Amino acid sequence: MKAIKYTGLAIFIAALSIFTATLFLGDFKASKSTINEFIETKGIKSELLKKELLTVISDTKFNNSIAFSSAIKTAINKSNSYYDALIEKYDSEKNWDKKGEQFQYKVSNVGGITYDLAKKSGKGFVVENRGLLWWLTFGMGIIGALLFILPNLILLGKPGIKNDHIYHNAATSRGWIAWGVMIYLVIFYLLLYFAPYYVVNWTFILDPISKALNGGPASQWFVYGFLYCVIMIVMGVRMYIKYRHNKYQIMRTTSVLFFQIVFAFLIPEIMTSLSMPGYDFKNAFPLDYDFFFEWNLKSLTSSGGIGLFILVWGIVLTLVVVPLMVYFFGKRWYCSWVCGCGGLAETLGDPYRQNSNKSLLAWKTERWIIHGVLALSLIMTLVTLYCYFSGADSFIGIKSQWIKDTYSFFIGAWFAGVIGTGFYPIFGNRTWCRFGCPLAAYLGLVQRFKSRFRITTNGGQCISCGNCSTYCEQGIDVRAYAQKGENIVRSSCVGCGICSAVCPRGVLKLENGPEEGRINPTEVLLGNDVDLIELAKQNRKAS
Amino acid sequence: MEHVVIIGNGISGITAARHIRKLSDKKITVVSTETDYFFSRTALMYVYMGHMKFEHTQPYENWFWKKNRIELKKGFVQHVDTTTSSLHFSDNSILNYDKLIIATGSKPNKFGWPGQDLNGAQGLYSKQDLDMLEKNAPNNKVCKRAVIVGGGLIGIEMAEMLLTRDIPVTFLVREDSFWNGVLPAGESDMINRHIREHHIDLRLGVNLKEIKDDGNGNVKSIVIAETGEEIECNVVGLTAGVSPNIDFLKESAIETGRGIKVNRFLETNIKNVYAIGDCAEQHEGIGQRRPIEAVWYTGRMMGEALARTICGTPTKYNPGHWFNSAKFLDIEYQTYGWVWAQPKDGETNFYWEHADGNKCININFNKNTNKFIGINTFGIRMRHEIFDRWLTQEQTVDHVLTHLKDANFDPEFYSQYEKEIVAKYNSENNKQLKVKSKSWKRIFA
Repeated sequence: MKAIKYTGLAIFIAALSIFTATLFLGDFKASKSTINEFIETKGIKSELLKKELLTVISDTKFNNSIAFSSAIKTAINKSNSYYDALIEKYDSEKNWDKKGEQFQYKVSNVGGITYDLAKKSGKGFVVENRGLLWWLTFGMGIIGALLFILPNLILLGKPGIKNDHIYHNAATSRGWIAWGVMIYLVIFYLLLYFAPYYVVNWTFILDPISKALNGGPASQWFVYGFLYCVIMIVMGVRMYIKYRHNKYQIMRTTSVLFFQIVFAFLIPEIMTSLSMPGYDFKNAFPLDYDFFFEWNLKSLTSSGGIGLFILVWGIVLTLVVVPLMVYFFGKRWYCSWVCGCGGLAETLGDPYRQNSNKSLLAWKTERWIIHGVLALSLIMTLVTLYCYFSGADSFIGIKSQWIKDTYSFFIGAWFAGVIGTGFYPIFGNRTWCRFGCPLAAYLGLVQRFKSRFRITTNGGQCISCGNCSTYCEQGIDVRAYAQKGENIVRSSCVGCGICSAVCPRGVLKLENGPEEGRINPTEVLLGNDVDLIELAKQNRKAS
Repeated sequence: MEHVVIIGNGISGITAARHIRKLSDKKITVVSTETDYFFSRTALMYVYMGHMKFEHTQPYENWFWKKNRIELKKGFVQHVDTTTSSLHFSDNSILNYDKLIIATGSKPNKFGWPGQDLNGAQGLYSKQDLDMLEKNAPNNKVCKRAVIVGGGLIGIEMAEMLLTRDIPVTFLVREDSFWNGVLPAGESDMINRHIREHHIDLRLGVNLKEIKDDGNGNVKSIVIAETGEEIECNVVGLTAGVSPNIDFLKESAIETGRGIKVNRFLETNIKNVYAIGDCAEQHEGIGQRRPIEAVWYTGRMMGEALARTICGTPTKYNPGHWFNSAKFLDIEYQTYGWVWAQPKDGETNFYWEHADGNKCININFNKNTNKFIGINTFGIRMRHEIFDRWLTQEQTVDHVLTHLKDANFDPEFYSQYEKEIVAKYNSENNKQLKVKSKSWKRIFA
């Protein structure tokens, strides 16, 4: 069994290496006609850039996407700095008309333009061997990972909590493997968000699947979505095995897999293939922070009935469905049963849950940051909507474009992606959900103040062992409540149920019940029969 | 300002300190020789198994003590002089107290076995024991086999720990079935089977004769008294119970028996000296309880009660209905009320076991009145508050079984067995009970 496991690991590492190496393979060559067509469709007006593209790029063979993209970026930057100089010159001459004219020649979306040209210019090995490369990367990766995971069915022994050696293992206890994985993930996200042109080869590998699903070639976001689903399924298998004695975990894992694959991935792809706006029906504002951005509103309002339906559904989802469901079931219905971010955290992230910080300081920090992000997302939306309806470009002194760009960059890309997922191995699997997600903040407020959900503490049975706190991915010091006999009613609890699972004494139960008696400050723990009337008198005197 | 000194920073001493701080402004000093900060002794096993780091066993962050003005002193008390109200430490320092709380817990029993002090023979109680086990049994190359002597809760925990390092374990149990001084036959046998399913070499009805030396002061093997069989091993776990850790009081005027003699207010024979937790011995057992209760919960309850007494509200240690819990490898165990290994006069048991052999319940009740006396539950979690209430209300076994769903505390979506349980009860007792569905109204009544 162990031999199979380690063979699987070797296959997986080989697949990951090939996956990484593909970025350095393949040729890139754009013909004159491709370049001309590209200049036309992109509306490039800079003569300098046109010349650069036609002389330096066209009909030249580049050995990989890095060299190719660098050449394009150099050309664009050269052109941009030429016009910047002109702008500065006319500015100092106070020649405003001339200055104004120059802006149309500048290219602002350097990354996007570079990516699009690279996508059109791939040649050679990668493009010609998409199927083979799919098997060598995704195929072998899946097989290797499954071979690594499936033997646990026997190796872990009888069903039950098996957290042996988590703190002896360099992968799960912030050892060198964890740091290595973190660096890999961070680089992955940086490339995905900020330099997609370097990962264009990955999109070629998935072109056939993308075409089958939505009729178009794969973008970097298709790669991400596909990879996301694959990782969740494979790591979901790991969850099924690890928690096979625990039906709550089995159901929850099935639910997040279903919503990711069907709602987040398949439905939007199919909608796109039907020329509808691709929409993830479970992705609620303000996690879906660009729902009220002009481009989205324009796209929805011009898409007929379905667009209107999405618009209404999106608003109803946030204002009615979300709080109502939180009232009945707690925020877990979303965060650990439906959400995509939560789904990744509960599958890929499960091995890292113990790395969340449990200190009081972390809790204080968390409340400031997460509610800050919620406020920011609401201000941004307010500004955006005001500008959308009024036609102005700023509101209460805040420029609409600026705040959208700032939020998308810092919160959307850095916080949710690079830090949120990249730092799994070091800060635990819910960094984004705990510190950053504005929807989690909103759900948390409802859960804390108006909900039937709680984690019930079983009388006086707690022995303060600390398994619950250690394995709480949200960094809640569960034990602090349990050892006092208090129920756990916390805004940040996503109801993953692991505290209850790891408890050796049957102390914790997630449940939905009457609001009355949900919060139970207990003066004396169950077990010691004091004279309660005396105690009450004494308390009254003290207060 | 009155100075309360507490010897021992376990659950009893720390609970007392916390509650004294809640109720008063007294100066509080907690003395320990074991660790700087309070930790949960019951969690030591998880550190060895790699589920947690030692710091995770500490329920309070390190700033907690200063913030709550609880002074921590590391030192070993050699002598308590009650005439001058002073503690004398091994480093010759002296600490004066106005009130003294002794909460020094237990130490593992050693029954004078030959070789019991060899390297590799150890108990599992303190942080030092954990460190020693890490040294004695880091892996199955250094420790090729371990023998555990004594079939109680610590013994089975130690076996579970060693298994995680792939160390073969032989488990010597004096009784002819595991823990059958406490558990009825059905439960005890279920655990026997479970232990064997985990490939532990369980030997029932045997005693340790001696531990043999390898010539360098290390454990080489053990010999079984009954058979003379010699088993080679590198570690011997001595887990045949614990006894009060009170040797340092020998020279003092404080009355001791097996433990420190206390009355219901947890007062010793000396004014202003109290004892709580594992080291305290009631003059007479309370209700059906033993005079010495080495249990987590009782230590905590004594700490709560004594804090009130010390802060001006004399409060008896008045434990309510008995409850306890444990985990045997993968099987959780809870108990509420009294279920004896053998039913007492006028009592009888109702036993149900699931077909998978990993879940069972055993209810003890009065044969004539049907009064519910207690329940053992294995592999099914039950609600403490509900059973506590049923015991106070002196409900019948029929009431308990009819409303069993109210007491179920298993996670959501788990299979429930109440119908199956009641069907068995009905057929054995010729009754027609029907299980009622769970009612929040009743639970919160």
